[in-house]
Amino acid sequence: MKQLMTGNEAIARGCYEAGVTLTAAYPGTPSTEILENMAQYKKDIYSEWSPNEKVAMEVAIGGSIAGARSLAAMKHVGVNVAADPIFTYAYTGVNGGFVFVSADDPGLHSSQNEQDNRYYGKAAKFPVIEPSNSQEAKDFTKEAFEISEKFDVPVMLRVTTRICHSKTPVETSERQEVGIKPYEKNISKFVATPANGRIMHVLLEKKLIELEKFSNETSLNRIEWNDKKIGIVTAGVAYQYAKEVFGDTASYFKVGLSFPMPMDKIKSFAKEVDTLYVIEELEPFMEEQMKANGIECIGKEKISNIGELTPNVIEEALLGKTPEMLELDDSKAVGRPPTMCAGCPHRGFFYELSRKKNVMVTGDIGCYTLGSAEPLNAMDTCICMGASISAGHGAQMAFNKNGVDKKVVGVIGDSTFFHSGITGLLDIVYNKGNAVTVILDNRITGMTGHQENPGTGYTLMGEKAPVIDIEKMVRACGVEDVQTINPLTLKESKDAIDKALATDEPSVIITKWPCVLKEFSQEDYEEFDLTESICQVDEEKCTTCKVCGKVGCPAISFGEKAKIDPTMCVGCEVCLQVCPFKAIEKVGE
Amino acid sequence: MEKTKNVLLVGVGGQGIILASKILSQGLISAGYDVKMSEVHGMAQRGGSVTTQVRFGENVHSPIIGKGQADIIVAFEKMEAYRWLGYLKPDGIAVVNDYAIPSAPTLSGNVPYPETIIDDIAAVVKNLTVVKAADIAVELGNIKAQNIVLLGALLKAMAIDDIDWENVLAENVKEKFVPLNKKALAEGMKHL
Repeated sequence: MKQLMTGNEAIARGCYEAGVTLTAAYPGTPSTEILENMAQYKKDIYSEWSPNEKVAMEVAIGGSIAGARSLAAMKHVGVNVAADPIFTYAYTGVNGGFVFVSADDPGLHSSQNEQDNRYYGKAAKFPVIEPSNSQEAKDFTKEAFEISEKFDVPVMLRVTTRICHSKTPVETSERQEVGIKPYEKNISKFVATPANGRIMHVLLEKKLIELEKFSNETSLNRIEWNDKKIGIVTAGVAYQYAKEVFGDTASYFKVGLSFPMPMDKIKSFAKEVDTLYVIEELEPFMEEQMKANGIECIGKEKISNIGELTPNVIEEALLGKTPEMLELDDSKAVGRPPTMCAGCPHRGFFYELSRKKNVMVTGDIGCYTLGSAEPLNAMDTCICMGASISAGHGAQMAFNKNGVDKKVVGVIGDSTFFHSGITGLLDIVYNKGNAVTVILDNRITGMTGHQENPGTGYTLMGEKAPVIDIEKMVRACGVEDVQTINPLTLKESKDAIDKALATDEPSVIITKWPCVLKEFSQEDYEEFDLTESICQVDEEKCTTCKVCGKVGCPAISFGEKAKIDPTMCVGCEVCLQVCPFKAIEKVGE
Repeated sequence: MEKTKNVLLVGVGGQGIILASKILSQGLISAGYDVKMSEVHGMAQRGGSVTTQVRFGENVHSPIIGKGQADIIVAFEKMEAYRWLGYLKPDGIAVVNDYAIPSAPTLSGNVPYPETIIDDIAAVVKNLTVVKAADIAVELGNIKAQNIVLLGALLKAMAIDDIDWENVLAENVKEKFVPLNKKALAEGMKHL
């Protein structure tokens, strides 16, 4: 029987079947489960969470140079972080097969932008492969390793949220042991000096010509003939949507290897059909190349490059059909934005921070980005991983230089600090900045669903690991003013913020308490008081002043009196501390 | 085999929607259907709205359901039911859990929770079944089983209750929860 697998599970399975022995990643939606699923193959595959995507990419490149089939996985914006090594690795070529996954997020389900990473293939000159379901995600992963070794190039497997997170049937097969290729020192190939690079570039251009020939021949790019009035060139999940809308009424050119494109084969397909559509999600990546090759086609002038593609979008754009729907009043369903969980250790700290006037808070990527939401509104910016500290430093220096009396507080999570916060902090110390840095250490990588990181004491494969002590690391960066506090105690938070704002030196606050959703480790139980209890409202004392509502806890609501949902409350006591009438008490310890 | 069927499950993070969808999909694939299931991850765990989409039939292409295309919507939370009704076929079935989970704007007291939402749904959906799944689950001993109560109602409504669901259930939940969930499934099937 076929098994239902997400695209991410299928990519992990594909690696297993392809004889891969090394994989690395930094978690990021929608790519995270690729490596989470790799852990089950730990007997055969070494896998790791690396501190960031660039490190993951380089680890996998190292594995490949050593001769092992290797894979790195990341979300689309992670490829930006990892772009430097991959541009060069395209020049040098590989030893063991090398594939990296770019998991793009059309529709921004959980991202800060919806960039189309296929352009990386064109810019850095490596092949791009796009599966359209889980079976292909597995099979194309294996094919990608073959292509990588055959043409001596890194290969990008480009997937999107709907491929990553949709379960579709997969036929599995056995692992093919390929072993490790012999490693031989080869300076002219692997040392990318300008002299070597000039030669490598020439070789790479030749490889691309060979790859384009291959693209015209491979079954990754195939034609499905039906009625020839309409022809559709499509790739990835867009192929499934196109089939959903047009069924057997159109012929399809299904592109699986979308760079270099099978241009000759597409040209002959185009000649056979009356009208040619290009149906692709996000940018006109294929369409632009086709038009540059003189192929007449209709694409983005009809189908938007904004947002997630759906069968509805295609139907409306190309057939002018709008769906028959119930008549609804959209105002009836009140919004449901994500919030910090009841008991989230970030809440108390943000509550205190939000009360500070004349402060700019530069935020970062993680659960704590939700500190920007109502009612806390405790964040001014969020750009990318690590920018809280470095952009915060830049803002502080700009204020200082221009005589603006304003303090900047950069707020970053533990995993994000390891990812790309350390260099920003070094910058503050080195260039004598005075921005405040807050590291919200909740003992886990939270937003992506609890992955281990250098601070947690465990590895992806479940082994014990050295715990990197954030305070020691901060001190090693040269920061002398370091305070480690319990963020659930509001007075501690307030005092730490006041002290940090008053100093003119680089200053760091580390808030340390485990994420409320975390599966606590033995070490967590030893270090923190995690006794289960809840808070409840003494209705006699409650005046319904709603001050407790200002902490933004989803367990608190208001009827005639304030009410705390006992199934959600974990007794963090933040509301208890803000109540001016002492009407909240702790019970059930 | 007939046309592809579209099932939309909606609710709030933490209600067990993903598990219910997984059991549904596993059962359908064991019965020989082509199945595709799509879920939205990421921010959902932080109290956001959660949807999963299950499509099954002879040959399923798209993993997602279009607007006005769902044969059935099963809502684990009643306001979420209304939010997603645009995806229901005009003559489709709605199974709605009579259960409210306030969202951030209603908690702050700025916007009231729409208490009459079930009536609003009834005004537009002809084929509506309201299930007090939370109450049933509490009676059975654990509110967390409300997802399986709703799954039972869904299977009955879709007339796919002839698959060996108890077996699929046993493969997908922890052993100690199997008896509770079997009861929940049976109760859900009865309540339609």
